[in-house]
Amino acid sequence: MVKLLLEITDLAVEVNNKEILSDVDLYIGKGETHVLLGPNGAGKSTLFMTLLGFPKYKVTRGEIIFKSKDVTQLSTTDRVRMGMGVSFQNPPAIRGVKLGDLLKIEHGEGEEPELSHEMMDLVTKLKFDENFLERDVNLGFSGGEVKRSEILQLLAQEPDFIMFDEPDSGVDIENVELLAEEINTLLDKDKKPGMREKSGLLITHLGYILNFVGADTAHVLMDGKIACSGNPNEIIEDIRKEGFKGCVECCGIH
Amino acid sequence: MLRDTLKKAEKAREKKALYGEDIDLEEFIKEEAGEHEKVTKANEVPKKVQDTLLKVGVDPGEKERSGTFIQVDQSGVCTTCTSESVEIMGMNVAIDKYGWLKDYMWKAVAPDTDKYTAQTALRESAEGASGYFIRSLPGSKEVFPLQACMFIGDEKVMQTAHNIIIAEENSELHIITGCATGEDVSSALHVGVSEFYLKKGSKITFTMVHNWAEQVDVRPRTGVMVGDDSTYISNYILTSPVRSIQSYPTAYCSGENSRVVFQSILGGQKDSILDMGSRVLLEGRGSSSEMVSRAVSKDQSQIFSRGHLAGRVPNVKGHLECHGLVLSDDSMIYAVPELEGSSTELEMSHEAAVGKIAEEEVLYLTSRGLTEDEAASMIVRGFLSMDITGLPPELATETKRMLDMSLKGM
Repeated sequence: MVKLLLEITDLAVEVNNKEILSDVDLYIGKGETHVLLGPNGAGKSTLFMTLLGFPKYKVTRGEIIFKSKDVTQLSTTDRVRMGMGVSFQNPPAIRGVKLGDLLKIEHGEGEEPELSHEMMDLVTKLKFDENFLERDVNLGFSGGEVKRSEILQLLAQEPDFIMFDEPDSGVDIENVELLAEEINTLLDKDKKPGMREKSGLLITHLGYILNFVGADTAHVLMDGKIACSGNPNEIIEDIRKEGFKGCVECCGIH
Repeated sequence: MLRDTLKKAEKAREKKALYGEDIDLEEFIKEEAGEHEKVTKANEVPKKVQDTLLKVGVDPGEKERSGTFIQVDQSGVCTTCTSESVEIMGMNVAIDKYGWLKDYMWKAVAPDTDKYTAQTALRESAEGASGYFIRSLPGSKEVFPLQACMFIGDEKVMQTAHNIIIAEENSELHIITGCATGEDVSSALHVGVSEFYLKKGSKITFTMVHNWAEQVDVRPRTGVMVGDDSTYISNYILTSPVRSIQSYPTAYCSGENSRVVFQSILGGQKDSILDMGSRVLLEGRGSSSEMVSRAVSKDQSQIFSRGHLAGRVPNVKGHLECHGLVLSDDSMIYAVPELEGSSTELEMSHEAAVGKIAEEEVLYLTSRGLTEDEAASMIVRGFLSMDITGLPPELATETKRMLDMSLKGM
């Protein structure tokens, strides 16, 4: 039996007094990568923000256990320091906050004058250069640059559980492969399944990234509930053929 | 001093300033010049003073500086100069040396502007001049900046200074000035009258860092005369608590194609009242101006960010920008951008925004492991650390360092 890293039980979430998620059960084992599918507005991003503990997302029922600890009431900072990480789809630009300075803090070298060699190697790997580190984070970044910068920041943080929100949207094919390679690194995909320590939850619309990043399980979120879980390839195949409705009906039959 | 100047000053002895709290000058002590010992090098001033100087960008080691002037209370204590392109000396020395200097005194700032200018003029006449004289020689271009420091060393002192800065034709002049108080000083008054003259084709960059004690009142009075094809760039940084500062420098862009840039970074802390403005009169054909300020108010501080841009001839251009972040309910930012167009064919605009820290920016940083407080302070520092433009590369790096140091306290 795989050790569970994240256990979400009977979760219900309200945003501005409106229930967005309910009856969500989701269990992610150590070393596993899960995919979260579903139509727009189903609540995928809400689930991410709730797991991160953003204040607007009120848990009205259920619990979130991370590394065997109930984190439902913990702050975002505490959860992140316990080993959660996220790559956002549309992160905000922050004027005057340099990407390089942020990377130093994320890599635990906030007091150092220069970024470490280890980090500089990663910077180069993600096709950035020193000048780019001087730029204000996300300010005027292209779609691809945003995604690469998010992944680079995760590489600096080395979290144990990572949420990826549409890591491949708006990215050209060449860069999807590059991003996939680094996502695989983040998720220990270079190790044998039993040896993997890192887990991930990935939101994807098109599923294109799944050609490069292997997933163990897929979940379909519909109207704030998990409507179906199972083999990622089969589920995606069904969605491609019949859309989300058809896929869920099929789940009911199994 | 010209009798007319004195007469005007005498009349304005009690004249209140247009802005800022009125200060009773009788409460302060007038120390004599010569109270503090002279030294031959900046690193010979007492160690305690040196540490304070460093905080305001004045390097006692004088590394990469072309000259230094230090005034403690009313005494000019140190003058050095290693460059052949520039001159720096006490005003008392300069007046003796250059008979023509009187033609520049009280021409860019009127002695009867208010009681502070009047007091400075009256004291100058009664006790002798204080402050500094700086001049760049025609056609010269000294890349290393001159540094000047106004230091208040004794409690309850009223420091007055009258500075004259002249950039001769086609010269380039860079100045760093730092103003600070000694550790033992809690309350004092600083009045600095500065008159700038930019001749044809010249450029001055003037970068000033203030770091006063918490009970100090500061009333600088500045006038800038900008000639044909010349550029004046002022950078001002204040992030430490102070009792009150009120300043409203005026630049007269009367030269053709003259250009003026005012950039200010204001951090209000504790009970500070910062009333900071800048005014540019675009009176020369093709003249232009940019005024940019960033203000952050904390605690119970009040920040008035004023700007006045007047276009008086055709083909002038100006932009005024003021952004503020209010960080506490007890603090305040009051932005007053004014545009005055009195000619056709001009282009002037302003942009003011006062608000709070964007929550999504804080959340983004907390999702990277920063606490809310750490995130907020990183965002505030980022907001204030605007790119200061117009400096040569060497000075830009130094200014960035000075700014980073000032922002550490925010």
